[in-house]
Amino acid sequence: MSALDVSRAAGERPLITPEGVDLRVRIASTGERAAALLIDLAILLGVTIAGLLLWAGAALAVGEKGGEYLFAIFAIVGFFLRNAWFIVFELAPSAATPGKRALGLRVAARNGGRLTAEAILARNAMRELELFLPLSLLIWATFSRQDGVDGWTNLLGVVWAGVFALFPMFNRDHLRVGDLLAGTWVVHAPKVSLLRDLVDDRPMLQDRFAFTEAQLDAYGVKELHVLEDVLRKVDRKVMTAVAERIRRKIGWTAASDEMDQTFLSAYYAALRGRLETRMLLGKRKRDKFDTA
Amino acid sequence: MAELQLKSHRFRTEREASWRRLESLMGKAQQRAANRLTDEELLEVPVLYRSAMSSLSVARSISLDQGATTYLESLCLRAYLFVYGVRSTPLERLARFFADDWPQAVRKLWPETIAALLLFALGAVTAYVLTLGDPDWFYSFIPADMAQGRDPSTSTAALRGTLYDSDDKLAGFAAFLFTHNAQIAIFAFALGFAFCLPTALLLVYNGLSMGAFVALFVSRGLGLEVAGWLMIHGVTEIFAVVLAGAAGFHIGRAVIQPGDRPRVEAAADAGRTAALAMAGVVAMLMAAGLLEGFGRQLITLDAARFAVAAATALLWGLYFYLPRRRRA
Repeated sequence: MSALDVSRAAGERPLITPEGVDLRVRIASTGERAAALLIDLAILLGVTIAGLLLWAGAALAVGEKGGEYLFAIFAIVGFFLRNAWFIVFELAPSAATPGKRALGLRVAARNGGRLTAEAILARNAMRELELFLPLSLLIWATFSRQDGVDGWTNLLGVVWAGVFALFPMFNRDHLRVGDLLAGTWVVHAPKVSLLRDLVDDRPMLQDRFAFTEAQLDAYGVKELHVLEDVLRKVDRKVMTAVAERIRRKIGWTAASDEMDQTFLSAYYAALRGRLETRMLLGKRKRDKFDTA
Repeated sequence: MAELQLKSHRFRTEREASWRRLESLMGKAQQRAANRLTDEELLEVPVLYRSAMSSLSVARSISLDQGATTYLESLCLRAYLFVYGVRSTPLERLARFFADDWPQAVRKLWPETIAALLLFALGAVTAYVLTLGDPDWFYSFIPADMAQGRDPSTSTAALRGTLYDSDDKLAGFAAFLFTHNAQIAIFAFALGFAFCLPTALLLVYNGLSMGAFVALFVSRGLGLEVAGWLMIHGVTEIFAVVLAGAAGFHIGRAVIQPGDRPRVEAAADAGRTAALAMAGVVAMLMAAGLLEGFGRQLITLDAARFAVAAATALLWGLYFYLPRRRRA
């Protein structure tokens, strides 16, 4: 298993697909989820305000009696908009509301199986309790301004409902109560484009860079990946510094016309070749301190 | 063989085209419905997906090319979420929901439905008996703003008037009733996971206010009339609230007695069935709101009101509990 022994970044969780491959998803943080929610709410609020304006205009046009019917339609449409927004978008192939999509998030089944429509329904039905109840309580408590018993009841209500709102902050996977019941979680599903293989631009004059085995055993996988990042960023200063460090460490004397970038590319290709060969034989050298 | 040929490099060059193909299909699938995948492309996805998954496994064990592994991880995750995503269009889903899923979920809740109904009846009978004995109890069960001037101090004629006079603000009233009742139902459901207690209280409380209300009218000899007034929409509405309570109980029961599974898992399982039933309850409440807002105000004949009540009772009963063939 040494080949799969990859250190886990924070927020990473195993997600075993039915094919048995661990996809290691990254859980969305509470902040990201809050941001996604705020985007969705802003859009919903915008639509509601636009609807109100339309309603007012239409009510003026059809007179008061007709206005009553329009209000009924508007109230029902508003209720459905609020409840359907999340459900319809999360049922779509991208399984994300516009807010989630903007942050590269989406809903997935926690057990690695299929995401079902029932799960989407369940996680969104709970939203009414977690989000819209605290919100309406808050608005109610702000505007009613009652003294005495009612004021305290309101306060208790707000505190009680706040427990649900803060729930995601106090569990490992940042689950809402709705996620908990539905068996879902919200994960990162970023689009990553395929970067070119750095081995493609190793120098043509391979012979000039004939590294010895000892020289290639100076570093491990961790350093290789750092070197890959350095080569991809193409910052001249950093490359010079890194090339200096490596030359010193492996005792390499640079030829007078040797470019830092060429040296680094050659060393990268050679080091990767060496480490991959050893990996095939079952030895994954984690970093330079790994002498096994 | 002076030229250094890395296995991981060769592996990548060989497989890259199929990865790119999968990526372009995923990009297309996530766009709007206008340019959805064709049938051939849909058939292509699982094949490409499995090949990408195997590429990822191979890459993890032979390749140290971070760029390729990261790319494959993201590509596989996106493809996985697509392949194992929700498999039906919203419209298909809706049709299946009303044909199969909803009645099935409701049938699964039958023990809880009986419990919820009993609690509601308990509340109703208690309040009815108490209020008949001493009308002052009415004030304990029904808050003033809900009574809307219908309390023991109102004259019999005025009470009769509230049963038959049509309200001017029909439509707005219907919408209000719907959102109000929908919220009560959602609370009854959502609070269930707190060991059933809040749901039980909510059901008893709803029963209490109905019992007190009926008792007030019965004490004035308006029993038959109020029954018609109440049942025309009440059959649907009370049934919906009872089902919502049953859905809440279903979750609560799983939390109390998870069986041999972890508590969270049991709750999640119950939550899915209950949520299905709940989604339908909202539709039911909308029907009730329309019956209450429009039907009740427009139909003022007692016999007609009872006919509608009986028809809705029969309809819901048959729809939910009539045995039917299971579709595969």
